[in-house]
Amino acid sequence: MKPAEKVRIEPALEAISLEKTFTVRGGLPGSAAKKVHAVSDVSFQLQPGTTLGIVGESGCGKSTLARLLLQLIEPDAGDVLLDGSQILQTRAGLKAYRRQVQMVFQDSSASLNPRLTIEQSIIFGPLIHGVDKESARTDAHELLTQVGLEPTLYAGRYPHELSGGQRQRVNIARALALRPKIVIFDEAVSALDKSVEAQVLNLLNELKAKLDLSFIFISHDLNVVRYIADNLIVMYLGEVVESGSVDRIYENPRHPYTKALLASMPSTDPEERTHEAPIVGDPPSPIDLPQGCRFAPRCPSAEAVCTANAPAHDPVGAEVVRCHMADPVSGHSLAGQSS
Amino acid sequence: MSTPLLKVADLTVRFRTEKGTIAAVNGINLELQRGQVLGVIGESGSGKSVTLRALLGILPPRKTQISGAITLDGRNVLSLTKRELSKYRGGEVSMIFQEPATALDPVFTIGQQITETVMRHGATTKAKARARALEMLDLVKIPDARSRIDNYPHELSGGMRQRAMIALALSTGPKLLLADEPTTALDATVQIQVILLLRELQRELGMATIFVTHDVGVAAEISDRIAVMYAGRIVETGTASDVLKTPRHPYTNGLLTSTVIGARRGETIDCIAGMPPDLAAMPQGCAFAPRCPLATTECTAAVPMLKKSGADQFVACIRQEADGRHAA
Repeated sequence: MKPAEKVRIEPALEAISLEKTFTVRGGLPGSAAKKVHAVSDVSFQLQPGTTLGIVGESGCGKSTLARLLLQLIEPDAGDVLLDGSQILQTRAGLKAYRRQVQMVFQDSSASLNPRLTIEQSIIFGPLIHGVDKESARTDAHELLTQVGLEPTLYAGRYPHELSGGQRQRVNIARALALRPKIVIFDEAVSALDKSVEAQVLNLLNELKAKLDLSFIFISHDLNVVRYIADNLIVMYLGEVVESGSVDRIYENPRHPYTKALLASMPSTDPEERTHEAPIVGDPPSPIDLPQGCRFAPRCPSAEAVCTANAPAHDPVGAEVVRCHMADPVSGHSLAGQSS
Repeated sequence: MSTPLLKVADLTVRFRTEKGTIAAVNGINLELQRGQVLGVIGESGSGKSVTLRALLGILPPRKTQISGAITLDGRNVLSLTKRELSKYRGGEVSMIFQEPATALDPVFTIGQQITETVMRHGATTKAKARARALEMLDLVKIPDARSRIDNYPHELSGGMRQRAMIALALSTGPKLLLADEPTTALDATVQIQVILLLRELQRELGMATIFVTHDVGVAAEISDRIAVMYAGRIVETGTASDVLKTPRHPYTNGLLTSTVIGARRGETIDCIAGMPPDLAAMPQGCAFAPRCPLATTECTAAVPMLKKSGADQFVACIRQEADGRHAA
């Protein structure tokens, strides 16, 4: 680092221009293989102690991004930095990395081994990382207490003996057992009932403060994200179309897709119902991507420039709006007006 | 008030399982006027889907014990013969589901499926039935219906499949539509389109609808009236506005405050402690009492009945005074 540079707080986790393309074979023998652009040029910074929300609809690449961050799959291009440093792509390097970055999945029962008791599931990770059994058990019981499950009652039970909400608490305890710095939640509360969802969200807020954690929270539920996240990235067909602080985006969304997504939230007041759907049609498949802006075919403000060129964007800025209308020199007739 | 289209009296559904009897629905009473939309909200295990299946007559008879009465348009549904029942299902009453992929047959085109349904319920020729199928696909706003009619379900996107299923359900002109979380699996921008479509069709075709959902927002968008279910019972019912704006049952209140809608970041959400009861071992008296902040010993004495509270709101809670405030 050059001495003239300001000392910056390293982001807890940083993604730099991540790319991932999958190849799918056509349905008929002999038909050409096609490419799915699951994640295209995704960059973000997760600041220590904060929660980054990731929202988007099916096929937008949220879950592929989570798997890239966890190094479960390799990116075609781009980097993931933990505390400012690259991850060693060796067995030992990845093992050390995964100790720091843990994940909680949507399906609480599929992610627990049905043949292991709750205690065995929680100490599994620590044992692999060389913690001795006695202290791993003591830790496990403490974690169970922290997630609101009385260890004397629950440590010896099997996953099928618990409710969905309790199982998700166990998954949270297990993710925390290696004392990670970062926890990624992939739709972790989506399958829970509303009253249980609220209990789990309260628990996450409490644990984050107590254990000095940073969260990445992937969800399709815009209400949940607004409640839990500090910063947000909005994805559409593999790209980040908008990013910024949650408050700014919810109060003043700038990308037409973000606007449409927020306006699609059902009203909770029967006297003020929604009268018109903000956009029509389904999210297109990420297999045959449109030319130019990927949102243009559904965008109410699309013009010739939108289908001709992909919008420019600042690749590392905290506030990204990938739209010709946000770029004063793009040539869009409304350029520079929305702010 | 005119005679209701649907009248349900003391409906009880029990399932016999190896682990004992599950009390899924425990004495439900409701009335539905022609053209009215009733939203049923509740959490998993509250009995909302089982109620719908009982109304459609599709619960497996060997494992199920049903008592009470379901009257649709003056006929007792529970005493229909097998032949009458197969006309009733899909004819007078149709149902749409959360997962269109499982409700549609993957080996037939959507056109074949709608045509078959229409012919089974009375249309004369195949050509007429196919014309009806096309009309239905247009009605549910499937773009380019003329070519889509020969698509198989897997060739359609999620939102289009949901529309095709709605077209199939409405093709026979049912008096009552049962909707079981039909928008839950859809993306946000597609969900609102399907809600608006259902609302429009329901109004145009004048059919009564029971719409089951766990999402308060979805219920607010579509319902005239709302019933809140807990542990197989209706604990509160009234107009959508009354129930959502002035909830009077402690469970409704808890359900509404425990949603994160409008909660501020960092603040603890007020939520209902504990979990819904085990339906194989229902608690004595009010099923919500073990989780209720207002419960007293009296609450466990008897199951509270729905009582009128306010102009058009009914609440099953003894800690509820006639003026609508909770007893202190």
